[in-house]
Amino acid sequence: MLLYLLRRMLYALPIMFGVALVCFALIHIAPGDPLVSILPPDASADLQAQLRELYGFNRSLPEQFAMWVWRALHGDLGVSIASNRAVAGEVFTAVGNTLRLALVATVIGFMLGCLFGFVAGYFRGSWIDRAASLVSVLGVSVPHYWLGMVMVIVFSSQLMWLPATGAGPGGSDHWIWNWEHLQYLLLPAITMSVIPMGIVARTVRALVADILDQEFIVGLRAKGLTHLGVFRHTVKNAAPTALAVMGLQLGYLLGGSILIETVFSWPGTGFLLNSAIFQRDLPLLQGTILVLALFFVVLNLLVDVLQTLLDPRIARA
Amino acid sequence: MSSVITSSTVSAPVPMQRSRGYWASVWQRFTHDPVAMGAALVVLVLIAFALFGHSIAPADPYQSSMLKRLKPIGTPGFPLGADELGRDMLSRLIVGARLSLFIGITPVLCAFVLGTLIGLVAGYAGGLVNTVIMRVIDVFYAFPSVLLAIALSGTLGAGVVNSLISLTIVFIPQIARVAESVTTQVRNRDYVEAARASGANAFTIVRVHVLGNVLGPIFVYATSLIAVSMILASGLSFLGLGVKPPEPEWGLMLNTLRTAIYVQPWVAALPGAMIFITAISFNLLSDGLRSAMDNKS
Repeated sequence: MLLYLLRRMLYALPIMFGVALVCFALIHIAPGDPLVSILPPDASADLQAQLRELYGFNRSLPEQFAMWVWRALHGDLGVSIASNRAVAGEVFTAVGNTLRLALVATVIGFMLGCLFGFVAGYFRGSWIDRAASLVSVLGVSVPHYWLGMVMVIVFSSQLMWLPATGAGPGGSDHWIWNWEHLQYLLLPAITMSVIPMGIVARTVRALVADILDQEFIVGLRAKGLTHLGVFRHTVKNAAPTALAVMGLQLGYLLGGSILIETVFSWPGTGFLLNSAIFQRDLPLLQGTILVLALFFVVLNLLVDVLQTLLDPRIARA
Repeated sequence: MSSVITSSTVSAPVPMQRSRGYWASVWQRFTHDPVAMGAALVVLVLIAFALFGHSIAPADPYQSSMLKRLKPIGTPGFPLGADELGRDMLSRLIVGARLSLFIGITPVLCAFVLGTLIGLVAGYAGGLVNTVIMRVIDVFYAFPSVLLAIALSGTLGAGVVNSLISLTIVFIPQIARVAESVTTQVRNRDYVEAARASGANAFTIVRVHVLGNVLGPIFVYATSLIAVSMILASGLSFLGLGVKPPEPEWGLMLNTLRTAIYVQPWVAALPGAMIFITAISFNLLSDGLRSAMDNKS
């Protein structure tokens, strides 16, 4: 078991290296000189050379990569071209905001998804199953940025129940868990929860249907176990996979929140990415993507480890 | 006389009916699935919009008018209202099918070809080649797909071609993984072993024995990606990274109408509803295809 976990962790290292390499390459597939956006159009050749030296663009690519990785390992992701602030600081504030949104969304999505999936799997073939399956198809098919707009239209512009955009009076760095702030979180979180809901519902339905088909359930029923007892056994067997799916979904939401954050002007990583792209702020773009991608790799690792701890059969397979 | 013949034909053993071919039975199952047929119908209508949109549309989708800006749904002459430049929404939604479907489906097609190729090579070659290819694929797989798509098209710059390239890169690893796993399964079958023993070269074995057996599952998987691709491609346009104005495309229309949600909310929401309908139809179609091609049931 320990050996398996160790091997799994070692296996994540080359992936992380590859992810860093892709993020590094991003700057170099970008058309044009990365310095263009900071240089005044009439910059002298001298100034150009100076800045090139400062950002390290005058060195060979492997050298640049090594320097970049070395700095990143020390928490230095460079300086944003647009705001002139440290990228690491900006990214971490934004990650905090996105994480809050994504966590709430995952919890809502997971609970609803489990409910729909479980009911559908338990009453397979009935109208409840068909209705729940329809909900999950709708969940995976809806363009979430559009759903966000519709939510704003219904709950902000028509009913005027909830605020449409922003993260509350505290702005981007002062979040407090009270209603004043929470009301800003609700619409984006509910919008976001639709994606994991659909996927969790699909997975749980398949799992439950599969488990109920197995012989031990028939055995338990024959032994005279109540519905509640059977239910407990089903949950126990479905939990590891369902939790794993939830973990992965959290990762997808962290990386995929850009569209929803744009709709709601939520000051998270998506919003940061959006401004980095349109100001052609490549260090900020690179740093944000690196942090999000590494987060996703680590999350995958954690999910695998947790799943192995919950279900030791995986390590033996 | 005739009665004799009849009685003899009846008593004679009925010749075994020729069993239907695999594809005939797939078709039969598919056409008996009402949900899948409904989805197929919607997709056909959308394809008709994409091909003949300009002749179907009641008005010119580019004709703007400052006086008719943001008309509500049901205005005479504008059945679905008018957009922020006074252009007819219905016409723009119909003509918009062409670009929206194009930018949504093309990446999946390209990734289907390239991903299958990569997966076939990795799966058939095995060993070191497989390890190298699949580790590289794993790296790209380690990015959440929305993030990778936006990162790539954000750095490459706005534009249709760049968004097609980035979405293709997003889907290649996913398809290659499926292709690799089915190829590895088929490669170890006895008939492949037999072909190799009888002296067929790798190319012939892949073409004759492997390809026919792996294309089906890969194709079904690829169709399940079309809905995701449609949502992502229009999402890129929504962010301003894809199609440029004044071309009608649903994601872009949603973007330019976003500022109008306090004036004409339901007109502003229409383009997204088109994306939603398209994505649902492709998802249901893909589900129907999957169960029709499933031999076990």
